[in-house]
Amino acid sequence: MSLAQTKSVALLGLDGHVVTVEVDIADGLPMYSLLGLPDAALSESRDRVRAAIVNCAEIWPNRKVTVSLSPAWLPKSGSSFDLAICIAILSANATVAPDSIAEVVFLGELSLDGKIRSVRGVLPALIAAQKAGIKVAVVPKANYGEAQLMQGIEIIAMEHIKQVIRWLRTGEREIADVIDMQWQPSDLNIDFADVAGQPQARLAAEVAAIGGHHILLIGPPGAGKTMIAERIPTILPALTVSQALEVAAVHSIAGSFATRSPTSLVAPIVSPHHTTTRVAMVGGGAHAIKPGACSLAHNGVLFIDEAPECPSGVLDSLRQPLEAGTITIARSIGNVTFPAQFLLVLAANPCPCGKFTGRGHNCTCSSQQVRRYLGRLSGPLMDRIDMRVHVDPVGRVDMARPELGESSAHIRERVIAARAIAQQRFINHPWSLNSQIPSRALRSVFAPERTAMNFLHEELDKEHITARGLHKIIRVSWSLADLHGNKIPTLADVQQGHALRGGIDL
Amino acid sequence: MQRKTNQITGAFGEEVVSKFLTGKNAEIIERNWRIREGEIDIIAMYPSGTFAFVEVKTRSSVAFGHPFEAINREKAHRMQRLALGWLATHGCLGCDYQIDVAAVLIAADGSHTIEYRAAVL
Repeated sequence: MSLAQTKSVALLGLDGHVVTVEVDIADGLPMYSLLGLPDAALSESRDRVRAAIVNCAEIWPNRKVTVSLSPAWLPKSGSSFDLAICIAILSANATVAPDSIAEVVFLGELSLDGKIRSVRGVLPALIAAQKAGIKVAVVPKANYGEAQLMQGIEIIAMEHIKQVIRWLRTGEREIADVIDMQWQPSDLNIDFADVAGQPQARLAAEVAAIGGHHILLIGPPGAGKTMIAERIPTILPALTVSQALEVAAVHSIAGSFATRSPTSLVAPIVSPHHTTTRVAMVGGGAHAIKPGACSLAHNGVLFIDEAPECPSGVLDSLRQPLEAGTITIARSIGNVTFPAQFLLVLAANPCPCGKFTGRGHNCTCSSQQVRRYLGRLSGPLMDRIDMRVHVDPVGRVDMARPELGESSAHIRERVIAARAIAQQRFINHPWSLNSQIPSRALRSVFAPERTAMNFLHEELDKEHITARGLHKIIRVSWSLADLHGNKIPTLADVQQGHALRGGIDL
Repeated sequence: MQRKTNQITGAFGEEVVSKFLTGKNAEIIERNWRIREGEIDIIAMYPSGTFAFVEVKTRSSVAFGHPFEAINREKAHRMQRLALGWLATHGCLGCDYQIDVAAVLIAADGSHTIEYRAAVL
């Protein structure tokens, strides 16, 4: 038998295609050709596979080896095809029975001594394999954890190609210990109880968690903006299993499981530095398109500290994902869509020197500098931010208080209860969070109490708020009403929403 | 001295392959045809009338890799140029021809094995 085939998976973004790896060994001079649009890393597989086979005392065919990855039109990248190519060559060389591998998916990079190394994107690859009706998949042992999230497909974890060969020849294999796949509801050791004082910002964080309202925290350095933002995931409801799978799939492609467990049910938080590029923010790359920060924050929090320091364009690139909940990246190799439904938390100093707070006595900036600073956040972006909260420096009274603030667990219970009310209300509508209510509905079906509406109209007449601001206040007041157990927003809810909206419209 | 040993080994290999070809009813036309560009070890004609230009690689160990690995694409193409040169000088341009390679492995006890690959290009 000089012909054999096996399966692997090519990923384009989150979409996997099952690829048939065919190997033909023909008479002729020793040669190796790899067909099917391989990229550089994949073309190098030849040397890895050959060294691995020789170093495991197997026979490398000194003949003309042709490896074809079909469908041929699909560009393939990365080292995850190594294992499939290696096994197909061994099978074509009649050292492994060909029918035992034809419908098995193999994923893994080979080291020169035959060890199977971890690869990116195992979870999305397995999802694609299962959709294509594959029943058995061999994955690197290092990826066993995320692979086990997949149900309905037999996962075989292997560390070395010798184990794979033994399994294929004799059917014997060590059963890898089943990793305890308990979903971890919380793996964070941070808690809202750590935050001293800041009642306004705490409330804003809670409201943001209830209604999915994007939020801008403005305050001097050291006031606790970062501390509050980092704790928002601890008060968000735990992810559902399907949400957690989406998150795990994106993180699998990005290869970021070192910082986040694949089985975590905690909403992710991603905080890119303010010098980040557009591609790092929304995703991209020429050969293999990788998800950016906004997709890694899917179903979680995207926190950008020092937001006005971001280069122009980086924050504005978030406008489309904020609107659509997905991001589509177009490159020459194809279009890739990643999910990007996140809660945006921006933090900013009030001015370049950071001290323009209270009466601003210590601030050294000119009034023009102060005005320009927050003006760097573009109007269309601010349009999508529902709350602008001033985080004042913590005073000695708050610091001296011995008792801790309210714990995250407490707040989360209220958030879950309030979200349940909202979900019930939106049962016949396409949206599920208060922040997603369209403006039209805010003036009709989802208008607040008459007295509250009158209050808002007066504010509008006095030009204290704009029409855009009015809608945002109503959205926020719906979240406050859910929090306080009011059927529709009362005057008090709307006034509180007005306070959280804060400041003049930018 | 080493060089002489290699020459003896090479000549032995070519002899063995010639016998192998004769055993397959091929007619040996010429051995060690040499011009400035290089040398063709064996030129034979199959019963079908196809010319075969054979490169013989003889090794007494595989320590330096399989003999066939010494023949890369470039070398195979040089053989093709030599073959065309022979056909041209012998008025046979347009005849069917092929490039073959043969590997002769000599074991420590003096026994040998032949691997023969026909029409490698």
